Amino acid sequence: MPLETEFPQDYEKRDFDVVGSRAVRPDGVDKVTGRARFGADAVAPGMLHGKILRSPHAHAKIVKIDASKAEALDGVKAVVTRDDFPIHEPAAEDRFLRDILVNVMAREKALYDGHAVAAVAATDPRVAARALKLIEVEYEVLPHVVDEDLAMAPDAPVLHDDLGHEYGGGKPSNVAGTVEIGHGDVEAGFAAADVIVERSFKTGAAHQGYIEPHACLANIGADGRGELWCCTQGHFMVRDTVTQLLGMEVSNLRVTPSEIGGGFGGKTTVFIEPVAVALSRKAGKPVKIVMSRDEVFRATGPTASASLTVKIGAKKDGTITAADAVLKYQGGAFPGSPVDMGAMAAFACYELENVRAVGYDVVTNRPKQAAYRAPGAPMAAFAVESVVTEVADEIGMDPIDFRLKNAARDGSKSSYGPTYTEIGLVETLEAAKATEHYNSPLGPDQGRGVASGFWFNFGGQTAVSLNVNVDGTIALSLGTPDIGGSRASMCAMAAEELGVAYEDVYAVIADTASLGFNDVTDGSRVTFASGLATIQAARQAKQRMCERAAKIWGIPADAVKWEGGAAHPSGPNAGDHKPMTLKDIAAMAGETGGPIAGHHEISAEGAGPSFATHIVDAQIDRETGRIDVVRYTVVQDAGKAVNPAYVEGQFQGGAAQGIGWALNEEYIYNDKGQLENPGFLDYRVPVASDLPMIETVIVEKPNPGHPYGVRGVGETSIVPPMGAIANAVSAAARVRATEIPMSPPRMLKLLRDSEQAAQAAE
Amino acid sequence: MVQVTLWGSLRDYTGGENMLQVEGETLFQILQNLGRDHPKLKPLLEKGVTISLDGQIYRQNLMQSVKPDSEVFILPKMQGG
Amino acid sequence: MSKIHVTTEINGDPVEFLCDGEETLLDVLRDRLGMTGSKEGCGTGDCGACTVSVDGKIVCSCLMLGAEAEGRSIETIEGMAQGEMLHPLQRKFLEHAALQCGVCTPGILVAAKALLAENPDPSETEVRYWLAGNLCRCTGYDKIVRAVMDAAAEMRGRNYAA
Repeated sequence: MPLETEFPQDYEKRDFDVVGSRAVRPDGVDKVTGRARFGADAVAPGMLHGKILRSPHAHAKIVKIDASKAEALDGVKAVVTRDDFPIHEPAAEDRFLRDILVNVMAREKALYDGHAVAAVAATDPRVAARALKLIEVEYEVLPHVVDEDLAMAPDAPVLHDDLGHEYGGGKPSNVAGTVEIGHGDVEAGFAAADVIVERSFKTGAAHQGYIEPHACLANIGADGRGELWCCTQGHFMVRDTVTQLLGMEVSNLRVTPSEIGGGFGGKTTVFIEPVAVALSRKAGKPVKIVMSRDEVFRATGPTASASLTVKIGAKKDGTITAADAVLKYQGGAFPGSPVDMGAMAAFACYELENVRAVGYDVVTNRPKQAAYRAPGAPMAAFAVESVVTEVADEIGMDPIDFRLKNAARDGSKSSYGPTYTEIGLVETLEAAKATEHYNSPLGPDQGRGVASGFWFNFGGQTAVSLNVNVDGTIALSLGTPDIGGSRASMCAMAAEELGVAYEDVYAVIADTASLGFNDVTDGSRVTFASGLATIQAARQAKQRMCERAAKIWGIPADAVKWEGGAAHPSGPNAGDHKPMTLKDIAAMAGETGGPIAGHHEISAEGAGPSFATHIVDAQIDRETGRIDVVRYTVVQDAGKAVNPAYVEGQFQGGAAQGIGWALNEEYIYNDKGQLENPGFLDYRVPVASDLPMIETVIVEKPNPGHPYGVRGVGETSIVPPMGAIANAVSAAARVRATEIPMSPPRMLKLLRDSEQAAQAAE
Repeated sequence: MVQVTLWGSLRDYTGGENMLQVEGETLFQILQNLGRDHPKLKPLLEKGVTISLDGQIYRQNLMQSVKPDSEVFILPKMQGG
Repeated sequence: MSKIHVTTEINGDPVEFLCDGEETLLDVLRDRLGMTGSKEGCGTGDCGACTVSVDGKIVCSCLMLGAEAEGRSIETIEGMAQGEMLHPLQRKFLEHAALQCGVCTPGILVAAKALLAENPDPSETEVRYWLAGNLCRCTGYDKIVRAVMDAAAEMRGRNYAA
């Protein structure tokens, strides 16, 4: 097998021994016995406890911070404020980095309720809490804005003086950027349409809602070197960001990732880590910071809320002639809402001659948004899939048939430009249509909805190291934190490639000093990219084991081939030798040249887009406005399911998060711009009794860019739910729901308004 | 020469065109030459973009070789969750 | 500040500790006794990640004071397996891939064990309502519910003492 560096890496059809089985994960026993160590589970001798003081105001000038009383309190060892976070190179020139720093610790202004303004390290968490109350901050409260539409109004309070001049006609505004995607002539397309539907929508800001709050433990020595333990989706990102923000050399900080208690994109940046490092540096002692749930909601990134308008025109035969969207995403107090990706993903399921999506990146007095599973795509898909179904209804076509008629296929020009290679949307639609679910009868007050969804999928920088142990077992070092069982998939791919048992491979996530750089676990990239690197590392180890066998047999290395976990003599001049198993060769490693290992470092590309189609049955209680999801089916292309159980888990988890976003979850602000629901009681994520079983159908259309055909599966599953549920709810309610979450009060109002409108019409 | 398509909003930086003929045998060379020919684009390209080459997304691997008939799109920087 | 002396029993072993009056049982377990299997997801009794059993009843240990443990019998996730032998629930959670990140898992297992002690043959709805106080953000609960029901079936078959 070749060691390849060019992309795409060719898929080869083959039979699998290990890949495709439902193997139990290597970290499983630790996680069911309480032994697994998460972010908050680490301690260090002499450790201090850090706590952060946060702004109670949505928008305020910070006139003065006086920490002298806190510093004087017994047990307080360090206090840090904005003065301890000078803007170092390269943050001075890099707005992206500077914004992270300003988000980590407020400077001239507090930009949202929950913005950090000071931090304390003390010998006891209760002392640290008391010290926070002694810090005196003088604020000058400024007008605020938390809604994307209001923030774009001409008289809106402006957050940043150095932003948005283009939109503000030369003056600063809250529109940090715009994007336009598309091709063809949209106006001409609408002119050719028999049916046109145009609607406006709103989506609330949802939080990733990982159960584990952010936590870290920093330990910096007097020489400026140290260690950081934290829960993150990318410890190399943490190392590079923290050191750059604090003016340290990258090699002076070793970051070890803990087990991570959920991330979903929310742990792809830093919040408390630079603060803990700064406190530890100042106090000369280890400092642990663990966020409270209130802090997680108020100060870490939910996703953007959005205001969307979608217009689609079609001919009577069901051909879409034009599609147009305007997307306004507020991403909190800093530029960078995922509206670019929303605009690109909005119509990506369809082959369209005339398409346009215009996006506005809006800043408001809310926490800085962070990535959330397929960032930007679910909101756009909610609006688009709602209108797609409405157009199908107007024409009188089955919604799946209508989607099939317009679906992007192999070789279609995507709505964002590039030509698709091999994609699996049509396969998901056909499989959805064939499900028993889609063909089953509905009960009273129930409606059925379908929606499709797309995600790009990414590769990224990846390094993997594979060591052959003396007993023939395999130690696999990965650099991508495992958020959903990826270690199991890597073990399976290594075992498959080497021809050994799954149980003989043990994978760990290595710290930043032990492995080359790895990008964060994001973009559904891990099983694809770390998998690809694992396969290549295993191929290198195999090559080396063949060389060892050749040495032992005294024949040329190319006269040895690897098969079924053993080196075999091969070819006319190889001679007659008894095959040597991996175990045999491993046992002689020292005598034949030293340790046997394989490693691979790449910027992986060729991840291959992912598509899904969801079917939902929803039931409405017309008295209370409550919506129940009574049946749910996810159909998604996985390319090749390395471990079907964990693939199903990704499908089900994404669907459940989408259900929460669609029905209940949202950030609610009061008139002072303070978050009213910073806890799980009032920010209601789905609980077990809210959900039905979530049925899954795994479609496998191989990704041509991966040796086993693997596609990422983590994100696409959250793209269709909101549209599918809105379609089901609208069918059940007999009125179009255009605002999510479709919470009981909102649904009740919609029902009452539509009843009144119907009466008025009579 | 390779035909390179920029995402719509970049028209403002190239004098109204978003389909350009650019020299280069790798994605890296194409970006360099694009920045040279259109100085207003340069800071944007340096800030980071995503490239689609023959239907595959490239976030990083700029040394990828490009053929004269390759399909190249310059797209906004992408991030996952 | 003077500390409170508490004598209690955890996972069958006698335990003594000193704590502040304001410390929760969860703080004591994690910070004083090094039993970090119980997790803090919210600190307000909404997520269930800190679920432990006190005298056979499940409670959120973040809502109970450490001092209240005096004279009680407490069971945590650390006491669920017998040496190398996993409890059927633990085994079924692995077999059914009923966890992804695993941070909610200890609390859910403790809660599920209490359910099966009370109701060895729960319906799907009963499992869902019993576990409604334990948030899981990764799985959508499907595989968790299946694992609990499968463990229940196995335990009924074997007459396993829950």
